[in-house]
Amino acid sequence: MSGTASASNSDPVPARAHPDAGSGGSPDEGLDAAFFLRWLAAVAAAVGREADRLTALDAAIGDADHGSNLRRGFTAVATALDADRPGTPGAVLALAGRQLISTVGGASGPLYGTLLRRTGKELGDARRVSVAELGAALRAGVAAVAQLGGSAAGDKTMLDALMPGADALGASDAAGDPFGAARAAAEEGARATEALRARKGRASYLGERSVGHLDRGASSSALLFATLAEVAR
Amino acid sequence: MLINVPDTVVTDALRGMAATHPELTVDVEGRVIVRRDAPVAGKVALVSGGGSGHEPLHGGFVGTGMLDAACPGEVFTSPVPDQMVKAAAAVDSGQGVLFMVKNYTGDVLNFDMAMELAEDEGVRVAKVLVDDEIAVTDSTHTAGRRGTGATLFVEKIAGAAAEEGAPLERVEGIARQVNASSRSFGVALSACSTPAKGGPTFALPNGELELGVGIHGEPGRERRPMMTSGEIADFSVDAVLADLRPTNPVLLLVGGAGATPLLELYGFAAEVHRVLAERGVPVLRSLVGNYVTSLDMAGCAVTLCARPTRSCCACGTRRCARPRCGGGCSSRPRQRRRRAATGG
Repeated sequence: MSGTASASNSDPVPARAHPDAGSGGSPDEGLDAAFFLRWLAAVAAAVGREADRLTALDAAIGDADHGSNLRRGFTAVATALDADRPGTPGAVLALAGRQLISTVGGASGPLYGTLLRRTGKELGDARRVSVAELGAALRAGVAAVAQLGGSAAGDKTMLDALMPGADALGASDAAGDPFGAARAAAEEGARATEALRARKGRASYLGERSVGHLDRGASSSALLFATLAEVAR
Repeated sequence: MLINVPDTVVTDALRGMAATHPELTVDVEGRVIVRRDAPVAGKVALVSGGGSGHEPLHGGFVGTGMLDAACPGEVFTSPVPDQMVKAAAAVDSGQGVLFMVKNYTGDVLNFDMAMELAEDEGVRVAKVLVDDEIAVTDSTHTAGRRGTGATLFVEKIAGAAAEEGAPLERVEGIARQVNASSRSFGVALSACSTPAKGGPTFALPNGELELGVGIHGEPGRERRPMMTSGEIADFSVDAVLADLRPTNPVLLLVGGAGATPLLELYGFAAEVHRVLAERGVPVLRSLVGNYVTSLDMAGCAVTLCARPTRSCCACGTRRCARPRCGGGCSSRPRQRRRRAATGG
């Protein structure tokens, strides 16, 4: 995964608030394109690490390919971002979303792709965005996912992690730890899917038999917030 | 498994298809299989696709009288919109394109996105969903009935109509009608193994079978100790007939899941014919074989189509020589030609 390694080293955005804060700047300064490049590189690395676990979750109530599909997609995202290096947060997310739609397939491709594309579109062409702006944009992205999939909270889908995560990020004040709160909320949401009965996607065919298993989409969605918290540290 | 590495399973197979079938144009990188003479002037084009692992569906159905193009996804994973847009552009003769989509969340989402993109490029696109499998109840609590064996009937019968020059609306209508009159029920005797997982995707102990299994190994209605071929036929046919009451002679597909030998499938076909005869359902025409498979799964499926609408589905030829062949024809080829000439 060469794209992921170099994404954090060659920062195309010259503006840096504090050299020791890394290429993304601290949350008070706003998040720049480099921050989002590092985030998506971290997502690609995490998905690569967790691919077997995600596939195993999918085998229990789906068709055993969630991990390998996301790994293919986020590897393509890392490669495309490395080649293109968009200069704004919105452009980084929009390009990543397009790559996912073009490379993943299944339900995950359009759903994750729409999440990132819509979030990127919401961020417009600002060179830096605040945590609150990211939270609001993510909520719009999550709403687009809900609309595309025709699903709601509690259906045992990725929304069960995305909604609490985006809400926590949007609701936090900058003084606290918004990324940590979002991570905790998303992970709690993913854990809670174990008790739910699936109403959408392939797991829904199982009916009651889907209870007692973590939803793999919610589990991979929690990774988005876990990596976001990591790169924000 | 007879593979190199899991990541190249689909492209390896596409290279094999390219080498084997000169009548096809295979874009290995773009993952599109197109009949070589496409676009066929004056003809509505049929495009289908879905996850790989169900061969010969769909790539094996590309050719005269069936599909103009097929888009294979990764194993058990829907293809991406780029593939369908590329396929639509390659086969559209100006008469429009019909997407035939099995009802799975991923396939529906990707084909919907492709439909928008293709229409942006000026291609007229219609879409038909195939959802014939009755183990999963069609309710708001699930993603809906799954598309399985009826895909063969839909692609074959709509393909014959398109080949004869029927306009897009008519081909779409026929495809819808065939799907609406078809039901399937499948049984697994063993789980299937995906290349990515390298082993069975679900646990089905020896000596047990899954009744109502999906073509990706999704669980069905219940699990039981092993039954005889005759008992499985009784259960499967009755499950289908509980949901479908044919008034005409039916089309029958006795499908293999991939690893069940034809010797066993024909024995099962005999039992299915026996049950249908006992239930008073005459069979117009039947097929036995591996058409809509699940990798290396052992098992079988029964698909019935209750109301064949066209001569071609009964006699299987491109143009029916007889005015009415078999029992299911609704109109004569000559009338259809005239309609196509005036209406097209």
